[in-house]
Amino acid sequence: MITNPTGRITQGQFSFLPDLTDDEITAQIEYGLRKGYAWSVEYTDDPHPRNTYWDMFGMPMFDLRDAAGVMQELRECRKTFQGHYIRMVAFDSTRGIESITMSFIVNRPPTEPGFGLERQEAEGRTLRYTVKSYATDRPENERYS
Amino acid sequence: MSTPRYSIPGSAPSVPPRDPEGPGAAIAQAPDAMERARSVAAVLAESQVEQVLADLDRDLVGLAPVKQRIRDIAALLVIDKLRMNLGLQAETPSMHMSFTGNPGTGKTTVALRMAEILHRLGYVRKGHLVAVTRDDLVGQYIGHTAPKTKEVLKKAMGGVLFIDEAYYLYRPENERDYGQEAIEILLQVMENQRDDLVVILAGYKDRMETFFRSNPGLSSRIAHHLDFPDYSVDELQQIAERMLAQRHYRFGAGAREIFHQYLERRIQQPHFANARSVRNALDRARLRQASRLFAERDRELGRDDLTTLLPADLLASRVFAEGSAGEATP
Ligand SMILES: Nc1ncnc2c1ncn2[C@@H]1O[C@H](COP(=O)(O)OP(=O)(O)OP(=O)(O)O)[C@@H](O)[C@H]1O
Ligand SMILES: [Mg+2]
Repeated sequence: MITNPTGRITQGQFSFLPDLTDDEITAQIEYGLRKGYAWSVEYTDDPHPRNTYWDMFGMPMFDLRDAAGVMQELRECRKTFQGHYIRMVAFDSTRGIESITMSFIVNRPPTEPGFGLERQEAEGRTLRYTVKSYATDRPENERYS
Repeated sequence: MSTPRYSIPGSAPSVPPRDPEGPGAAIAQAPDAMERARSVAAVLAESQVEQVLADLDRDLVGLAPVKQRIRDIAALLVIDKLRMNLGLQAETPSMHMSFTGNPGTGKTTVALRMAEILHRLGYVRKGHLVAVTRDDLVGQYIGHTAPKTKEVLKKAMGGVLFIDEAYYLYRPENERDYGQEAIEILLQVMENQRDDLVVILAGYKDRMETFFRSNPGLSSRIAHHLDFPDYSVDELQQIAERMLAQRHYRFGAGAREIFHQYLERRIQQPHFANARSVRNALDRARLRQASRLFAERDRELGRDDLTTLLPADLLASRVFAEGSAGEATP
């Protein structure tokens, strides 16, 4: 289900939980660092579930030892993109794995208007269904202000 | 979207104020023995810092004033810990330092130990050392410096940032030098993120003094200035013996005295770099020993042959060549 009862988009880890506090985010980042993952910060204001590739806020952070550096990057991203979705992404560079191992939302717009169902009439009596976020009716960077 | 008839945590539009005893608080700090310590002995036992101090004393020759200062700093941190446990002190003291001294006097080596001490006493969370110079912090064009400096700072967080030859950050002859930008970012982090990292600035004494005079903001944020004295010939000799022992070499008959003479001559010459020159001299002696043994193709080489440096291996140095004033090279 794309629309869910919380009215919030749910993707990645922890998205059915209350928003994580900064201490909880720090603890998750520490966990990832201990596993040797490289963290990065990504943001978007297009909440469509198929929008897989969000924009990167800076480079992935390799060779960090402590969560403080990652949290600083997150704070800067929050300052720059206040009303956007922001997520933390952990990358495991181990040869043969080389993929994302953790991902969770750490910032949301104040209100999330949700998605509308669109019907397209195709050949014969076929109907095609898709969803569209009410937020994306407006141009980028003006969607949640 | 219809309003749900059941509620899921976090779904309420008006978020209630966060419970201070909530899960975040629990994660932040589990009470540990260190927090409950009430005596110096308890902190020492809990932190295991004495082991590092003892290693420092044992592994490094000389450097008496530096070792004393480090003990003082450790004492200060222990007492501060006790004060904090009793609620007498909330703020952590500033631990940024400057290490001044000639090349090869052990600044980098001591900085590594310092990081370990600060870590054991809970002053930094991870205790690693990130050693950088101007090139790692300062960019080549406008807008390049800030991300570069921040990148390094992020890597150093939780540990110690060691900036070697820090005075190169400041180039007064070029007023548009990007070094100034790096200094400003550093200043900000040194002031506002004391809990996150400790900065150690290192370099030659006189140039560091000029640097601090032109950057009073930096100098006033540095709590401890440690000066590394040059080593005496006897100390250099001891350092040499240790380096050899570590690599399973030793001085053969008469070689010790020759090396002493070598040091006496070498310290008069330009480009003398204390312990590093000793290391280099020994490396060259090993090279000559290897060539000497290599020449005797058919001889069976025993343990003694392979571990012993003979006077001849040392005497071939240019330092012993008459009238020589240049840098000693093989
Ligand atoms: N007191 C000492 N006892 C034993 N070894 C030492 C001592 N001091 C320095 N050394 C050795 O000398 C070498 C050079 O020391 P180090 O790199 O710490 O010097 P430095 O002061 O950082 O020099 P520079 O200013 O040129 O960077 C190292 O290999 C170190 O192990
Ligand atoms: Mg050094």
